[in-house]
Amino acid sequence: MADCNETLRELHTFLDDELSEAARHSIEGHLGGCLDCLQAYDFHAELKLVIREKCRNDELPAGLVARIERCLDDDLDGDGRIG
Amino acid sequence: MADRADFADQAMAFAPQLYSAALRLTHRPADAEDLLQETFLRAYRSFHTFEAGSNLRAWLYRILTNTYINRYRAAQRRVQEVELGDTPDLYLYRSLARLDPSTRSAEDTLFDLFTDDEVKAALEAVPDSFRMPVLLADVEGFSYKEIAEILDIPIGTVMSRLHRGRKAMQQRLFHVGVERGLILPEVPAPEPSAVGSQDHSQDGSHG
Repeated sequence: MADCNETLRELHTFLDDELSEAARHSIEGHLGGCLDCLQAYDFHAELKLVIREKCRNDELPAGLVARIERCLDDDLDGDGRIG
Repeated sequence: MADRADFADQAMAFAPQLYSAALRLTHRPADAEDLLQETFLRAYRSFHTFEAGSNLRAWLYRILTNTYINRYRAAQRRVQEVELGDTPDLYLYRSLARLDPSTRSAEDTLFDLFTDDEVKAALEAVPDSFRMPVLLADVEGFSYKEIAEILDIPIGTVMSRLHRGRKAMQQRLFHVGVERGLILPEVPAPEPSAVGSQDHSQDGSHG
């Protein structure tokens, strides 16, 4: 089972779900019995959620999609630029 | 030539999230609109090369980031001052953990602690080459492998830039916390250093 150092070092990779299955189980085992590391995990899991929620909620400007669709129609020569 | 209706149906569905991503890259609504428009034009032009069944969303983000790098960054390329202070791991967490527990509620604190604009500004303050992996991983939820393909850099570079970019973003949030009196002043703010420039010289890709 992973110790505190290893758990904290791999915390983000664990949160990103990018660890091997064995490494993931090792971290999960440690988190199950270590309140300090579990709190650090909770914090960074929440931070990741907060970043996602707050950084992709911009309102699409009115008419932008229509403008883009017009541009696609106007891109007659297919050079990626209007006209 | 790609079928116009297919393209509109499939790609335009991603316009809202692509626009948010464009804003995080360019900072300015007018530039984000232009970037999004050029992204769709480029995608439209090469839509016939897109393999049905592969990841359309990742393909669009690849065009978006490429267009940004080529058009916007190249135009204003300058000696980029990378001010990634080498913050200790878990710095923000340890700083916030020192807050008086009575002023924090257990569940919704972190979400309510920082405003949308503060979190956006913290991300946008991270230098380009570190911001893009953070944007793609934390905001867009792409895997390391997908990010490596989108940005055309090795997975190891994705991981190291993610690590550094996240720390830089947390450092900005830390400073916001200090400015707003959320974080106790006796925790010294880390000094920016030039450590970030090492990444550029080592991996040799998009600097």
